Amino acid sequence: MNDSSRFGPYGGRFVPETLMAALEELEEAYRTIVPSEPFQREMSFYLREYAGRETPLTFCRNMSDDLGCRVYLKREDLLHSGAHKLNNALGQALLARSMGKTRIIAETGAGQHGVASAIAGAVLGLNVEVFMGTEDMARQALNVARMRMLGARVVPVKSGSRTLKDAINEALRDWVTRLSETHYLIGSVVGPHPFPAMVRDFQTVIGEETRRQILEKEGSLPDAIVACVGGGSNALGMFVPFLSDEVLLYGAEAGGEGLEGNHGATLCAGRPGVLHGAYTYLLQDAFGQILESHSVSAGLDYPGVGPEHSLLKDCGRVLYRAVTDAEAIDSFLYLSRKEGIIPALESAHAVALARKLAVYQQKNDILVINLSGRGDKDVAQVASLMGSSL
Amino acid sequence: MTASRIADAFQAREHPLLVACTVAGDPDYEASLGIVRELVASGGDIIELVMPFSDPVADGPVMQQAAARALSSGMNTDRLFCLIRDIRSEMDVPLIILTYANIVFQRGISRFYRDAAAAGADGVAVADVPVEEAGPFRAAAAAAGIDHILFASQTTSEERLSSITEQAGGFIYLVAAMGVTGVREEIDPGILSCVKEVKRRSGVPVVPGFGISTSGQIRAYAAAGADGVIVGSAIVGEIGGHAGDRENLLPAVRRVMNRIRPDALRED
Repeated sequence: MNDSSRFGPYGGRFVPETLMAALEELEEAYRTIVPSEPFQREMSFYLREYAGRETPLTFCRNMSDDLGCRVYLKREDLLHSGAHKLNNALGQALLARSMGKTRIIAETGAGQHGVASAIAGAVLGLNVEVFMGTEDMARQALNVARMRMLGARVVPVKSGSRTLKDAINEALRDWVTRLSETHYLIGSVVGPHPFPAMVRDFQTVIGEETRRQILEKEGSLPDAIVACVGGGSNALGMFVPFLSDEVLLYGAEAGGEGLEGNHGATLCAGRPGVLHGAYTYLLQDAFGQILESHSVSAGLDYPGVGPEHSLLKDCGRVLYRAVTDAEAIDSFLYLSRKEGIIPALESAHAVALARKLAVYQQKNDILVINLSGRGDKDVAQVASLMGSSL
Repeated sequence: MTASRIADAFQAREHPLLVACTVAGDPDYEASLGIVRELVASGGDIIELVMPFSDPVADGPVMQQAAARALSSGMNTDRLFCLIRDIRSEMDVPLIILTYANIVFQRGISRFYRDAAAAGADGVAVADVPVEEAGPFRAAAAAAGIDHILFASQTTSEERLSSITEQAGGFIYLVAAMGVTGVREEIDPGILSCVKEVKRRSGVPVVPGFGISTSGQIRAYAAAGADGVIVGSAIVGEIGGHAGDRENLLPAVRRVMNRIRPDALRED
């Protein structure tokens, strides 16, 4: 078990035999093409000139005054497309093109990864098909329209619970049938090896920039960093460059209605098992049937989590805490009004956890929040949840 | 390992064996027992009993719906083993379990295989455990004295096929279509030469499955050297079609079996 496809006991390649050849081909490309100089040059061109990196690390005066410590936001909300998802979508789409693939398939829940894939496909000249549960299509009509406008085909998924989990199932099923021309552009640090490692690598730019920026601004590393965790790609991209430092790392999971009710807090309340090709923490019943998750934020509404997070939980390097729907909505409004920044509901979970942790911080302590996306997509939902009280 | 019911069946075969598949608990426990009786009475040589999983990525719509029906009827791993015990109390037919990794993990790998053996199963195939991940599953199967069934496909590399043929017990489940389970009219081009190749290299019988539902397909696989065929969605689709029409359920299963069973082919 001690091979490169594992994070401790977690990860692996639990897929049907018919997918193994595709995973081997992808792993080979990931090992040889990604580190190559031409790929890296092309990648940094697209990240810089097209996507708008680097993103700012913003010192937040009002929040700092309010919370009694020095608060910074890493502004992935300012990345083209409005979320960190584009880092990975551009990376994998470039890799797919280098591999000679002409067709990209992707899954999406809230639609952010679907939009990022549609953007990457448009700019790199690849056909894009996005699998999306019909429940999510109804909830996220705006992003469905955005994907179509960008030239992607949105494939409705009517199986199972008709949400993100089922969209991944359907993408895996489709991939098998058209392996030679198709790359499966998975949207988070989940799935069979090499996806969790590859997506992490494409997102690590977040943490690398943050490290450089905070050293420039403060001359020292942060005391604590907070990021939200659904599948966990923005969190891992932020955390990885700080793993060997004395920096406290916190993951905010979807606490939904609270851990006694419906939620999506896989690491806080689940136990290990196999879903979507990896051994990792899951929400499941006693017999191993996967349970439906719940979160106000579609991007955190997933009953699994990236396998590397499972290891980071077990060894205690990252502390995972659940944030309820109500707390997230409260922090959605808090950041909007305090700093004039409307966060994605996903990122609002990180803001909420940071506000709780601030109690333990000293005046000069530095707290960094990864603001993984902007909240335009959530405005209608929050408005309707608030009703007339908004 | 002592000769198993599976090995005995292949050794004694006079025609390609028909592995007849049904989902445990579809549409419910009692009906499942009746369906297995019917599959055996109408020519099923080996029974493949599927333990349903909520997220079956190798399966097409027919098997997905069957899994959903079975789970909502209350099927779980405890009841699977009860069902196998019930089957075993009246029949000696070779029986394998097909399921997904998480079902096995959650019972505990060793315990799952031990319970399977004690209930009377002869082999276990886990759809999302390729040979790379199979170590603990294979060891547990060996300790329990039942067959560890592995998969191969057209895209399986030379190198991987060697470890598969080396480690496979019972028979090799040859995935005969690039895609998910489900009835297909045609035979995938290239699959027949793949059957020949795997057959040439394998010490255990080779049995294609996925997309097989007609006697024409079965004849072609048999001519290529297949030791049997697995028929799943064609049977399970009939069960689904009659889930709310119990009177006609077993006759429908019998009709589909009569249409496809390989020993009937010899009479044409």
